[in-house]
Amino acid sequence: MSRKILGPFSRVEGHLEIELERTKTNITSARVNSPMFRGMETVMLKRDPMDALTIAPRICGICSVSQSVAAARVLGKLAGVTPPRNGELITNLILGCEVLSNHLTHFYMFFMPDFARHHYETKSWFGEALRFKAEKGSATAKALEARNHLLHIMGVLAGKWPHTLTIRPGGTTQSIKTTEKLKLRTILSSMTAFLEENLFATSIDDITNLKSLSDLRAWQKTTTGDAGFFLKLSDDLGLAEMGQTSSPLMSGGGYPVDGVNLFAQGVFNDRHVTPLPISEIREDISHSFMGGPLIQAPFDGVTDPYLDKENAYSWCKAPRLDGTRVEVGALARHVVNGEPLFRELYQHQTSTVETRIFARLWEMAKLSQAMQGWINEIEPNGDFYEECEFPESGQAVAFVEAARGTLGHWISVKENVISNYQIVAPTTWNFSPRDHNNQAGPLEDALEKAPIEKGEVDPISVQHIVRSFDPCMACTVH
Amino acid sequence: MSLLGYEGGNALDALNAAGVNFLWHPTISETSGQDVIMILEDILSGNLELDFLIVEGTPLLGPNGTGRFQMMGGSDKPMIHWLIELAAHARYSVAVGSCATFGGIPLAGDTRLEGTGLQFLSDQMGGLLGAQYKSKAGFPVINIPGCAPHPDWIIETLSCLSEDSLTLEDFDPEGRPLAYFGHLAHHGCPRNEYYEFKASAAKASDQGCLMENLGCKGTQALGDCNIRPWNGNGSCLQGSFSCIACTMPGFEDTGAPFLQTAKIAGIPVGLPSDMPKAWFVALAALSKSATPVRVRENAHASKVVHQPTRKKATH
Repeated sequence: MSRKILGPFSRVEGHLEIELERTKTNITSARVNSPMFRGMETVMLKRDPMDALTIAPRICGICSVSQSVAAARVLGKLAGVTPPRNGELITNLILGCEVLSNHLTHFYMFFMPDFARHHYETKSWFGEALRFKAEKGSATAKALEARNHLLHIMGVLAGKWPHTLTIRPGGTTQSIKTTEKLKLRTILSSMTAFLEENLFATSIDDITNLKSLSDLRAWQKTTTGDAGFFLKLSDDLGLAEMGQTSSPLMSGGGYPVDGVNLFAQGVFNDRHVTPLPISEIREDISHSFMGGPLIQAPFDGVTDPYLDKENAYSWCKAPRLDGTRVEVGALARHVVNGEPLFRELYQHQTSTVETRIFARLWEMAKLSQAMQGWINEIEPNGDFYEECEFPESGQAVAFVEAARGTLGHWISVKENVISNYQIVAPTTWNFSPRDHNNQAGPLEDALEKAPIEKGEVDPISVQHIVRSFDPCMACTVH
Repeated sequence: MSLLGYEGGNALDALNAAGVNFLWHPTISETSGQDVIMILEDILSGNLELDFLIVEGTPLLGPNGTGRFQMMGGSDKPMIHWLIELAAHARYSVAVGSCATFGGIPLAGDTRLEGTGLQFLSDQMGGLLGAQYKSKAGFPVINIPGCAPHPDWIIETLSCLSEDSLTLEDFDPEGRPLAYFGHLAHHGCPRNEYYEFKASAAKASDQGCLMENLGCKGTQALGDCNIRPWNGNGSCLQGSFSCIACTMPGFEDTGAPFLQTAKIAGIPVGLPSDMPKAWFVALAALSKSATPVRVRENAHASKVVHQPTRKKATH
């Protein structure tokens, strides 16, 4: 048995360090830490509630819009305002664009480059994998250019990315004309073309029509795209068993239009979906460098750094749902939403490197389709925005399905200023430290059985497992 | 992430073409873990040359000057110590984004963070590296502020520096490249006509000028944001929201809500750059009285309700 600290972790968003205990053949225990305190929640205090729209997105440069949408939604709940349909459609498009671009960045720049490392140079597929080489790969260059073009949707709708202020509690300040609908369609169709030519080598409809494991395996045999290449690697390297963890899966619900979500809100546990018991969310700080009560409901949450605390090893709090760790992300979204393919995959594999990665790729096809629909539904002559007023005092909570999973904002307002603002981000759930019952978070659990190849000092399996969650440590410690 | 949005081909190829290669970039490089620490140690021992030290994010001195709120992963050493040591070896030190340049948003949070910019603390020279700091090329820290900064600002500045084609005269006293920060965000504002007539928006979806009521600071903020398109054809004003002066030191806390204009006796506290108050008041009164009906009506609508008059050709 030996102990080792891995860090700094490259190709993840933000600062990450992992402490591992291992034998010669596998990891036995993991402790995950983002080695910094940011205190963004404290920036909100004593400010006008609307200032949350400016501050929240600046928690993160990669999932900025999801923070904007969460802030706008929580303020909307506080004010009792619902955006007009056009405002919802534009917000969905801006968020969908960010999620698509995040998934692209993750797959091509963060996750796949590990297979182009020297470690795998004896593999028969290594030559093919070189197109994903970090900084230099031809697949990476193509994906970056496709991503840039996709982000022109931001130029039209959000002004710029990251950090827009067009998304408000009562809709969007931006409204568009019929001619701009055409422009949006053109931009999106070039993204779809990239997905169909490079990622899937088939139409996105073929991807969303994969309804079972046998559909997936049959398709996998025929495809020549980057997603198919990933599945080939997955078979060869056992990624369908690697980084396995099982926890209840949670989704906060995403992309509402007229009160109906594209992705449902709920919790999947023991083969059933139940409503999300929002009032059962707590943050446990037993192993966090944080002061205040051991177990905190977000409305009473405290952001108080406590560096020399005994047993603490992470700046991340440990969120728990009814006392249990929970996994969030694209896989959770589609299992909760009842997608047959992911229900079956989850039943066979639970959450693994393969299921987590493929859920994101599949979601790119699904979102591209949904975005086409949202563009068509915009009525340029209708309203996009409604003014709202905030009560002098009040509380509200709201959720967004960000690229990496469920993001929750809890706001308390007293005498017209923010008296508390607490954020529970997706990676806060997935990369949570232990709680007072010593229950590990999803990543820590997933790493516990990770295999180590003969003679490996820095196990490559750890790299794959960590990145398969697509962590955003910037949001995690906010 | 803003950097990756560079549109001249793609960001990585553009830097490569300029001869800029990463020794390490946390979200781009293959190298991870102890191999990264070895690269950094090689720089400190003089075995590896460092042309650019590029810093993003607010360096944290807290708690109590120890820097332990922000450790470099895998090193058990505070980030501020790495930065101070690496800066001594860098040909150029470049702060990217308003956090690294002036301190940014975290300065408005928990004071125990003790956040600072690399060579400025808000508008005061000093910061982490001190007012006297000069990189090996004889430059103070080069500051590319913005939350987020435009990808061109970053890539073009690095490209020019890599061929030593910029001199000290190309930067302002705050270390910002004049090519971009010789402009105001107001230049090229799509709401220019509304500004000229002080035809102001009353609510956020109105098309009118956002300066009088809704907090727009474009006339005071440095940057060519409305001339240089973002993500194709965008800008904050193109996106129909106010400039919050995110390129400026202290933008994080002006004492007023971001999306409202602070006023004294009905007059905005922040007046357009270089404009004496009396002139502004006189000009505003005059232009308001001369506002065409079209401009006034459109200013209070979310889309054009009153078309410009069609003139016949003059023969």
